[in-house]
Amino acid sequence: MPSKQEIYEKVVATLVDSLNVEPEEVRPEATLQGDLGAESIDFLDIVFRLERGFGIKIPRGELFPESIFQGDPQYVQDGKVTPQGIELLRQKLPFADIDSFAKDPQLSKISDLFTVEMICRYLEHRLQTEEAAAPQTH
Amino acid sequence: MRWIWIDRFVEFEPGRRAKAIKNLTQAEDYFREHLPGYPIFPISLLLEGLAQTGGILVGEAGNFERNVVLAKIASVQVHAEVYPGQQLEYEVELLDLREEGATVRGIARVQAQVVAEAEIMFAHVRPEQIGLQENFVFSGELKKLLALNRLLPPGKR
Repeated sequence: MPSKQEIYEKVVATLVDSLNVEPEEVRPEATLQGDLGAESIDFLDIVFRLERGFGIKIPRGELFPESIFQGDPQYVQDGKVTPQGIELLRQKLPFADIDSFAKDPQLSKISDLFTVEMICRYLEHRLQTEEAAAPQTH
Repeated sequence: MRWIWIDRFVEFEPGRRAKAIKNLTQAEDYFREHLPGYPIFPISLLLEGLAQTGGILVGEAGNFERNVVLAKIASVQVHAEVYPGQQLEYEVELLDLREEGATVRGIARVQAQVVAEAEIMFAHVRPEQIGLQENFVFSGELKKLLALNRLLPPGKR
């Protein structure tokens, strides 16, 4: 399995290619939309490139879930994510920094959950799980 | 002018790759303006030709039931100018295909010389996403062209 650093470097290269940004701009805390200028179609492009780069399949919605709250007032009220909504986010985005978001849970800031670090954590988890499931060949 | 920027498919391997050709002639209007006194094929139209070749490859892979829409050109390299009288050959290879969209790698050549390369991404758009009720890509004119190329099976021409 690649090390954390190797995963990070590959993610940086992926985002540089996909979003046409400079490598220096891709910091762990950089947000995909706000800092790196990703648009909705770029998310699918990033998924394709990560699949190719890491030799894995990323099921739809697993890394970048779409329309999490579906306008349900249980989850969003007055432009803020409710405690139930925060719980849902923890389930749907287990690799995002939900704790920081929960301090000021503005719905408009939800895209800030999608960071470079989030992608790296997801990949670390995926590759670990896959390694554990693979047959041992000693 | 019809918005069809390929003349004919010369190779087609469903779900894998395709090759189409486009013949350029002085009679085409845009050469008068692009550029005045120095006719060269606009790179935007070259990309459109590659995208049409790729879009049909992607469309066929989904039995022409999905609306394949050009979504993103992640990279383009242009190596040479292309002139009236030349024949462009567009070769595309399917890199990724899934429910949400697809990516192809495309190469344009003139007499075996690579003139441009691009990575092109398509999204599968549902008619209701853009306020339509019926499929809007593989219909009408384009369907006729595909029938001429015998790409569509008889029942679908």
